[in-house]
Amino acid sequence: MNFLVIMGRLWGQYWKLFLSGLGMTLFMGFLTVLISSVSGSLMAMMRRSRWGIGKFRPFSAIAAVYVEVIRGTPILLQLYFFYFMLPQWLPFLNLSEFACVMTACCVNSTAYVCEIVRAGIQAVDIGQTEAARSLGLSSRQTMMYVVLPQAVKNILPALCNEFVAIVKETSLASTFFIGELMTQFKTINGITFRVLEPLTIVGIIYFLVTFVLSKLIAALERRMGAGE
Amino acid sequence: MSDAMELIRVEDLHKSFGSLHVLKGVSEHIVKGEVVSVIGPSGGGKSTFLRCLNLLETPDSGHIFFEGVDITDKRVDINLHRQKMGMVFQHFNVFNNLTVGKNVTLAPVLLGKKSQKEADETARELLERVGLYDKIDQNPRKLSGGQKQRLAIVRALAMEPDVMLFDEPTSALDPEMVGEVLQVIKGLVKTGLTTVIVTHEMGFAKEVSDRVFFMDGGIIAEKGTPDEVFNHPQNPRTKEFLSKVLY
Ligand SMILES: Nc1ncnc2c1ncn2[C@@H]1O[C@H](COP(=O)(O)OP(=O)(O)OP(=O)(O)O)[C@@H](O)[C@H]1O
Ligand SMILES: [Mg+2]
Repeated sequence: MNFLVIMGRLWGQYWKLFLSGLGMTLFMGFLTVLISSVSGSLMAMMRRSRWGIGKFRPFSAIAAVYVEVIRGTPILLQLYFFYFMLPQWLPFLNLSEFACVMTACCVNSTAYVCEIVRAGIQAVDIGQTEAARSLGLSSRQTMMYVVLPQAVKNILPALCNEFVAIVKETSLASTFFIGELMTQFKTINGITFRVLEPLTIVGIIYFLVTFVLSKLIAALERRMGAGE
Repeated sequence: MSDAMELIRVEDLHKSFGSLHVLKGVSEHIVKGEVVSVIGPSGGGKSTFLRCLNLLETPDSGHIFFEGVDITDKRVDINLHRQKMGMVFQHFNVFNNLTVGKNVTLAPVLLGKKSQKEADETARELLERVGLYDKIDQNPRKLSGGQKQRLAIVRALAMEPDVMLFDEPTSALDPEMVGEVLQVIKGLVKTGLTTVIVTHEMGFAKEVSDRVFFMDGGIIAEKGTPDEVFNHPQNPRTKEFLSKVLY
């Protein structure tokens, strides 16, 4: 009982902090997915590019290495890396802490979006491409008018899943107190010296957001699949 | 045979997939207006041969001349020549993201052959001819296999090709739908359109072809008129194959 009472009191007193933390978390997730949708698509184009010298395809190789390195190292390490190294390397930009953290998030997410886009394109039956090419469409026209419109149905739900993943991963950025949801737990913990109650509230908020989003994504997938 | 009559000439075509040597030197020519059926056992290279003709497969060596142009030459814009070569696939490959009508008009409009209005007009006529006019605004996913294949044929025809390439157009169909598709191809052949068709429908091949190629082991092992190939085969492999499929 005591637990619930304290939780209620904390919420009553600090709901604004919790909500602003949630707002920040969602904003970071949204901005990250928005930016990495563009950069990730470009990265996927690089990855798929066939241009090369003999068997060596430099653009594709660079993209492949990028994806492997990013996916093969912890995001927390990437956060530290950009948080500390960016201001050192680019002091004249006067990057805020938030900007450094966002850079790390986008660099990380770009690799995942790259793979999402690539998988989405690969999932479109090769016969669609062959039919389009046999009519005389260029590879570009084939991509624009036949493959991508079908790939989008695979890509969009996966991008939403990436958003959910980012929402959870931004909690790691609380190390740097940048004001997202997990930071607010630390703030309230610092004031009240309570752990369980504010942590539970934060947990409930994370859960509600990701749960609702997951349900929405499933509905989206069903609706897109209905066209099959 | 004069050059003017010759639509496709194939010279010593070789193609491997990894260590698998699939085409082992195919040389042939196909004349304007000719109907050629390609028959043979599974894995003999029929599809590969057909797909080399419009360079969906890139040959390892050899030449393919289409309307006098060596399309295996790297400097040739293959997209331009493909516009003149219609292809119909075993698995239809109708565009799932477009309506039936747009399936037909996409290429002619995009490639500047026709205005949208002209293309719509042609699409209407063609779809009517194959009994699909009432489906024009539907998504092709809802069509039956036979309807999809008729749509695929119409899509290729809308580009007004000089040759049609069919790769087992009825093999993926339920038996009751084979007839309707063969009927459409028969009608097409009657118009004098040059046609190359890979098929396991021996009766059909016998009926419509001017010449039959028997492909086995990566070469054209025997060729001739339907009468020659079906009734008087010379090659023991042809005889063996026919005895299996004709029972
Ligand atoms: N893209 C490819 N990659 C690797 N192997 C291939 C590829 N396409 C065809 N092959 C192989 O090449 C051989 C010839 O194939 P092809 O499709 O030309 O035969 P086919 O005569 O059309 O046979 P079917 O009657 O079964 O269609 C087969 O062994 C096949 O497995
Ligand atoms: Mg085949």
